[in-house]
Amino acid sequence: MLVNEVINAKDLPVMEFDGIIVGGGGAGMRASLQLAESGLNTAVISKVFPTRSHTVSAQGGITCAIQSDDPDDDWRWHMFDTVKGSDYIGDQEAIEYMCSEGPKAVFELEHMGLPFSRTEEGRIYQRPFGGQSKDYGKGGQATRTCAAADRTGHSLLHTLFQANLKAGTNFLNEWFAVDLVLNADKAVVGVIAFKIETGEIYYIKSKATVLATGGAGRIYSSTTNALINSGDGIGMALRAGMPVQDIEMWQFHPTGIHGAGTLVTEGCRGEGGYLLNKDGERFMERYAPNAKDLASRDVVARSMALEILEGRGCGPNADHIFLRLDHLGPEVVHKRLPGITELSKTFAGVDPAVQPIPVVPTCHYMMGGIPTNINGQVISVEHGEDKIVDGLYAAGEVACVSVHGGNRLGGNSLLDLVVFGRAAGLYIEESMKQGVEVKDASNDDIEKALERLNRLNASTEGDQVAVLKEKMQQNMQNNFGVFRRGDLMEKGIEELAKTREEVNDIFLQDKSATFNTARIEALEMQNLFEVAEATAITANERKESRGAHARDDFTERDDENWLKHSIYYADTKEVSKRDVNYRPKTVQAFQPMVRSY
Amino acid sequence: MSAASIPVAQIKTITMSIYRYDPTLDKKPYMQDIIVEVPTDKDIMVLDALHLAKAQEPSLSYRRSCREGVCGSDGMNINGKNGLACVTPLSEVIKRNKITLRPMPGLPVVRDLIVDMKQFYDQLEKVRPYLITKSDSPDTERTQSPEDREQLDGLYECILCGCCSTSCPSFWWNPDKFLGPAALLQSWRFIADTRDEATDERLDDLEDAFSLYRCHGIMNCVSVCPKGLNPTEAISNIRNKLLTRKKA
Repeated sequence: MLVNEVINAKDLPVMEFDGIIVGGGGAGMRASLQLAESGLNTAVISKVFPTRSHTVSAQGGITCAIQSDDPDDDWRWHMFDTVKGSDYIGDQEAIEYMCSEGPKAVFELEHMGLPFSRTEEGRIYQRPFGGQSKDYGKGGQATRTCAAADRTGHSLLHTLFQANLKAGTNFLNEWFAVDLVLNADKAVVGVIAFKIETGEIYYIKSKATVLATGGAGRIYSSTTNALINSGDGIGMALRAGMPVQDIEMWQFHPTGIHGAGTLVTEGCRGEGGYLLNKDGERFMERYAPNAKDLASRDVVARSMALEILEGRGCGPNADHIFLRLDHLGPEVVHKRLPGITELSKTFAGVDPAVQPIPVVPTCHYMMGGIPTNINGQVISVEHGEDKIVDGLYAAGEVACVSVHGGNRLGGNSLLDLVVFGRAAGLYIEESMKQGVEVKDASNDDIEKALERLNRLNASTEGDQVAVLKEKMQQNMQNNFGVFRRGDLMEKGIEELAKTREEVNDIFLQDKSATFNTARIEALEMQNLFEVAEATAITANERKESRGAHARDDFTERDDENWLKHSIYYADTKEVSKRDVNYRPKTVQAFQPMVRSY
Repeated sequence: MSAASIPVAQIKTITMSIYRYDPTLDKKPYMQDIIVEVPTDKDIMVLDALHLAKAQEPSLSYRRSCREGVCGSDGMNINGKNGLACVTPLSEVIKRNKITLRPMPGLPVVRDLIVDMKQFYDQLEKVRPYLITKSDSPDTERTQSPEDREQLDGLYECILCGCCSTSCPSFWWNPDKFLGPAALLQSWRFIADTRDEATDERLDDLEDAFSLYRCHGIMNCVSVCPKGLNPTEAISNIRNKLLTRKKA
């Protein structure tokens, strides 16, 4: 059966696996590795060949207290930094788990062959990153980010791909997952997916489905994210009646290359680089007297945006900031930051060993996502109570476990994805041993997951993707950026509401079944739109400033009302609150404090 | 910035001559000229120009992901030479306001600029592209000196785009038997890694008339590699290793 035909559930061929993972990035391939090594029949469904996934673009490193640079480093200090970085809405049980399990997960990567840079002693090289401290903020800057030059994500992703080849994981490469299939008990029992090359479509059945589809930075017009980051997992979850959590929390990375949006690692500042305004002033000294350029990302991004707004931006249009590296000397720049050198030359026409790089805060990371527990199990919230969704797991950027809360620290995304990809794998392995019994999906159940495709095939007129996407991206960029304001957000929400029908009825002109990228882009656009709408409505609802969510009309953090996760459901478009976890297992919880750097 | 919002004076038109083929619709491939408007006040990449072409012709198909030269999706043949569209500035390749884009040569075409990479990936898998160790792993990391780690520079950065292997005449002739520059670079990446404990087996696997020895030092691989890597050197390192092993 082909994707461009009228697709019926009763004629749909079925494939079956013990566990399926949607997404072939770092989180997905860490989960699949765990399952494949335990002997389970495991498949990764990836819309691109796995090494094209966005993990490949991570640069600076993976933050973890492995005690290489500092033998006295302590995962509890890392936990403190992460809680503070989250502006106190990160779940402390999850952060405790990530920081304490982290070293094991990082050493495993090294054993798999990840080509980390090395110290003179032959240990893994670590560099300082933003928001890091020793001794619970009292001991000055820590040096905790493990690096493979400035290509850590590339090295990590390729290493995981290699390990999966060795373990015999089944790869369904260049397959697109359309929607989740739920049975009568509302348990997830697989996905509808098609092979992009031929258009052959299947119901892929499994007792455990892991969403590891990454972020959705393409809701904004200026982003460091790959073109494939379209929030597919978020779209699938929302359509299946699951919630998203803290989806209003979007990280703007301080240093995207001006114009191109490509990322320049925080590791540049970790290695000693700093930011300058048009007067040549090191302005971060004013905003963050202690941490300066290595303050948390939300703090640095806002400071830069303010410098530009107040007329101290660089260049003829005073619309960017300079990142200076030349004082480090060509040897450090070329040895520690070779990828940055290449990117700067290509996209800004400058050699950072000689000239500063023009940078601006650029959409980078989705802190929110599908709520899960530390086993990766997806949680829905019913009448204020957490309830586990059977058969569905999420890990990595698509998930909100939540270790990042309102603001993620640099180097914590790679740690998040290996630790929780692994944790989901471990949990599924164990539950399969215990035995899992699920009801089969009926034809009606499967039919629901086919709706979107059939509607697209039936389309005869309407707007095409390019038009709708640009409209949405401009809206999000203008109304839901670094600084937010109620009236503008309401205008933005209205615009989205007006576009909703057009997005549902998107026009697919090219109906070919063979590697039809227009069909993929239409399906991706619908997913992006779900993320954009959830972001917009939730951002307007959170009436305070916290982490990356900075409002001109509510400038203060409001712990009394908003020391909470936001929870959003697409069917009602309503926002509710969920308690933040302050119950770590082995340490005292860190209580909210004034957050300064 | 979108094309629509660029003031008229800063626009020029270029012709993109693009290889088109959809096996379900077309009897045979053809070249289609698509006229696109590009800005004159700044340079754009070939991939950006392709996006402009696709906005007019949504059926135009090509792979792309990171758009910054690290994922390896958009390898294609640009004016006769393989490269990544996303890091190739239009100004460097445009001739008389025209640019010609074809799929990477030597592999079956799936559609338009998209080739079937199966043979390429199959050859990669043959070199067992993963670390093989026999001793027990320590509780922390395996140590490696900075000098030993440096041996991997110029090897681990490969993005598997396929530009090298699909520009190699030896690979065109024997894509099933000659492993090709990309796979052999990966092979050397693990032989050169002091942590790997399977050098002998890896060399055994390569000791036949085709796998390695079909490289004739043409060096197209080196000239097209978008990451500036040198597969020919890696291949000659493996040859030397095989020779010294024989003597010993």
